Parts: sequence; structure tokens; C-alpha cells
Amino acid sequence: MIDKLGMYLQYPFVRYALIVGVLIALCSSLLGVTLVLKRFSYIGDGLSHVAFGAMAVAAVLNLTNEMMLILPVTVISAVLLLRTGQNTKIKGDAAIAMISVAALAFGYLLMNIFSTSSNLSGDVCSTLFGSTSILTLTQKEVWLCTVLSVVVVVIFVLFYNKIFAVTFDEDFSKATGTNSDGYNLLIAVVIAVIIVLAMNLVGSLLISALVIFPALSAMRIFRNFKMVTVCSAVLSVICALAGMIISILAGTPVGSTIVAVDAAAFAACHMAGMIKGGVRK
Amino acid sequence: MALITIQDLSLGYDSHIIAEGLDLTVNTGDYLCIVGENGSGKTTLMKTLLSLQEPAGGQILIGDGLKRNEIGYLPQQTVVQKDFPASVKEIVISGCQGRCGLRPFYSKQEKQLAMTNMERMGILPLKDRCYRELSGGQQQRVLLARALCATGKVLLLDEPVAGLDPKVTTEMYELIENLNREGITIIMISHDIAAAIRYASHILHIGSSVFYGKKKEYLESDAGKFFLLQQNGGKES
Repeated sequence: MIDKLGMYLQYPFVRYALIVGVLIALCSSLLGVTLVLKRFSYIGDGLSHVAFGAMAVAAVLNLTNEMMLILPVTVISAVLLLRTGQNTKIKGDAAIAMISVAALAFGYLLMNIFSTSSNLSGDVCSTLFGSTSILTLTQKEVWLCTVLSVVVVVIFVLFYNKIFAVTFDEDFSKATGTNSDGYNLLIAVVIAVIIVLAMNLVGSLLISALVIFPALSAMRIFRNFKMVTVCSAVLSVICALAGMIISILAGTPVGSTIVAVDAAAFAACHMAGMIKGGVRK
Repeated sequence: MALITIQDLSLGYDSHIIAEGLDLTVNTGDYLCIVGENGSGKTTLMKTLLSLQEPAGGQILIGDGLKRNEIGYLPQQTVVQKDFPASVKEIVISGCQGRCGLRPFYSKQEKQLAMTNMERMGILPLKDRCYRELSGGQQQRVLLARALCATGKVLLLDEPVAGLDPKVTTEMYELIENLNREGITIIMISHDIAAAIRYASHILHIGSSVFYGKKKEYLESDAGKFFLLQQNGGKES
């Protein structure tokens, strides 16, 4: 088995896939804790559907660089969704559901009407479940992903205390002079970037899993914010790595294998939490 | 100059005015209780004081060297906080955030300040415990310690005893009274008129009739008499 793995690792595309996979898992888990606590668990799903819709538009318009359209559209949607306050007429979960379903429908509609390829359902399926695109990454994309991931991690570390304060109590932070709106905007933008990156790995439908599973697992075991964040990052990287190696060896689809490993890890953490200190909610 | 001066203030959302013509001054060391029926604009007044919301009219002046971000705030608990995985220490020190500006990490003085305030509130032994596992009274102490990290001058408390049992309620009021004796100005929203009369130095009653003045004057005023009568009649708790 080790030999087989060694053989695969000689191919650059396998190495690229592993690097990108680990980086994306790391980034998505960092903000996952904040999102879960802010009751925005489903935002990953919603935004990835928006990104899917944008991708369809880009394909129809025959844009050479799809990212130019996908990234701004996703960022704008993220900002709109995370903009909280008294003025939002449609609240969190409903807004996410609405945007997500609408974007998915429009994306599919556009792809269907202006179909450029003969294998439409295959295209849609691979965008939704991210079947092969992670194995077709170019060196340039790997670099882009690496740079963006480093930026995300640096931003997260520098603003860790502020993100904590704003997540725990937005009104208090605002009243005592922290620019809550600014940091909410920052969180929204970073989330959007992560989701666009992650679409390559697990596809639109499974992004939520990358965002919420590690955070929820970590929350079963640890009771302070710092440990929860660290644990969710570590867990996410391990699960992504394990998932990818299993999928290479067993020939299973990458995205769903990673999510399956994440789910198994959650079950394990839940058990560990129960043993450690009784059931906690 | 007074610490906080409110001139002809109107409160409301959009074009809907809830209360208008509020005039009052808060001096250093005062203990002001804001009472009134539900929906009379108590919380809106608090939010306007904290500049979370723009006044619909009139103005709020602050003096005595108080800065806008030096007002400590004890909000009502939100749903998010009830299952938040954070240690007491992490929450208390987040009160220092306003001082940090763009600086990413807390300084030694700020960590020390958090320790001092935890000791003041008697929660130092709990510092590594998880917030969501504490009792209601302990959680309020944690939030109070956090508010103290943000200010040494004024505390705004939004129903600090909501949901606490009678014994813990008394402890909480005594804690607040002690802070007031140490020179911290207290502005508190309360439903508990009996406690307001017992502890406060000034009372602001908003609603159908507006009253602002010293406690003694309130008890003799029409607004006060009527409200007390209502309360004693058992219409509210």
C-alpha cells in the first residue's frame, strides 16, 4: 500500500492536489467556528451555489478567466448575507436559503439554454461534487491557492482577538469602540474567498461539510475558544489528508471521501466528549 | 460639566418616534435607574447612549473627559452566548478590545486589568471554566467584569437581574452598589421598581408620562405614585 502511495506521489498532480486540499481544509476550518457560532452554518452551502451560478454565467459568456467573475459575485453575496442588524428584512437562514436556491436554479438554467458542451449533466455534476478538478490543477493555480491561504491564515491570526470579540457580542464591541461592521465585512470577504477556493476541491455541495464539521467536532471536546479553533484546524487538515489518501488508494471520489472522514471524526469526537464530561449541548 | 447631558432627545426607529423631549444630566457617581413599561423606549435610550443607534432628534453631550468608547455595557444575554465555547478569561479580556485599536494582541497591562476585574467580581477561581457551564449569576459577573475592562467610569446595565433567583439578585444588586461606592457611575434599566427605589439616587421614568429627578422627588410625583400603585396591584410580576 505504501508502495502504491509512493508511486502516486511521484505524479505532480497528486502532490498539487494534496497541497491544495490541506490548505483549503485549514482555511475553511478556521472561520468555521465563527460561522457555526453566529448561526451561519449553512452560509458555505449558500455561497457555493452563488459561485456555481456565477460559474455558469462565466461559461456562457465564454470568459477566459472565470475567477474574475466568480470571486466578486461571491464576495458581494457574502457581504449581503452577513450584514446583520435591525434593517435586514429577511433574516439569516431564510436569506441564505433564498439566495442559494435561486443561484443554483439560474446557474443550471443558463448552462442548459446556452449549453456549450455535449455532456451537460456531467459538467453540472462535477461542479457540484467536484469530481476531478482537483486532479487537474495547474502549477499556477496551486500558487494562487497557496498565496490566498497564507493571506487568510495571517489575517485570521492578526485579527483573532477581534473576531472573537465581535462573534461573542457584537453590540458590546461596537459600543466600546471596536469597528464591528468592518470586521464583519472582513469575515464575509474571507469566507467568500475560501469558498471559491474550496469549490475546486469538494465541489459546491460539500463545502458546508468542510466549514462546519471540524468546528462542531472540536466544540464537543474543548471548552475555550482558542483550543476549539486550534483543534478544528488540526482535525480538518488530518481529515482532508486522510480522505484524499483513501480516495487515491481506493479510487473513490475525493470530495465525498473527505466529507465521510469528517463525519466519522465528528462521531469520534462526540463519543470522546461524552466520555470526558457527560453530554453537553 | 456633567458626565452625560441629554438635551431634548427623541428616540425612535425610522420615522416612528417612541419618546421625545427627554432632558437629563448624569453626574459622576450617580446611580440612575431607568424604569417604564415595556415598549416605552428604555432599551432604545440605552442603545442611543451607546451610539449603537442615532438619536431621532436632540443630542447627547459627554463631558468630564469621558470618551465615547469608555462606557461599559452589560447587555442582555443573547442566544449565541448561551452555548459559546469560551473560557471566562477569554471573555473578560475581550472587554479590553476597544483600547487596542488596530493592535492585534493584548498587552501585559490589559491582561493584568482583566485579572484585577475578575478578582473584583469574585470569579478568579472560575477563570478557566467554560462560560456556558456557569450559573446565571456567575455569567452576569463575567459580563460585568468584561464591562469593567472597558471602563473605569460609567456602566450601562440592561436588566442585570433578569432571570436570576432572589438570592442571586440581591447579591448582584449589592455588587453594583459597591461599584457605585467606588465611584463608578451606574445607569441601569430595570423592571424591578422596588430595587430601583432602594438603590438608585436618580430615577428616569419614561413612557406615557416622563419623569426625571432624584429618588425622593419621584416617590412624590404623579408618575411615580401611579407606577408604584400599578406594581403593587400585581399587574406586573
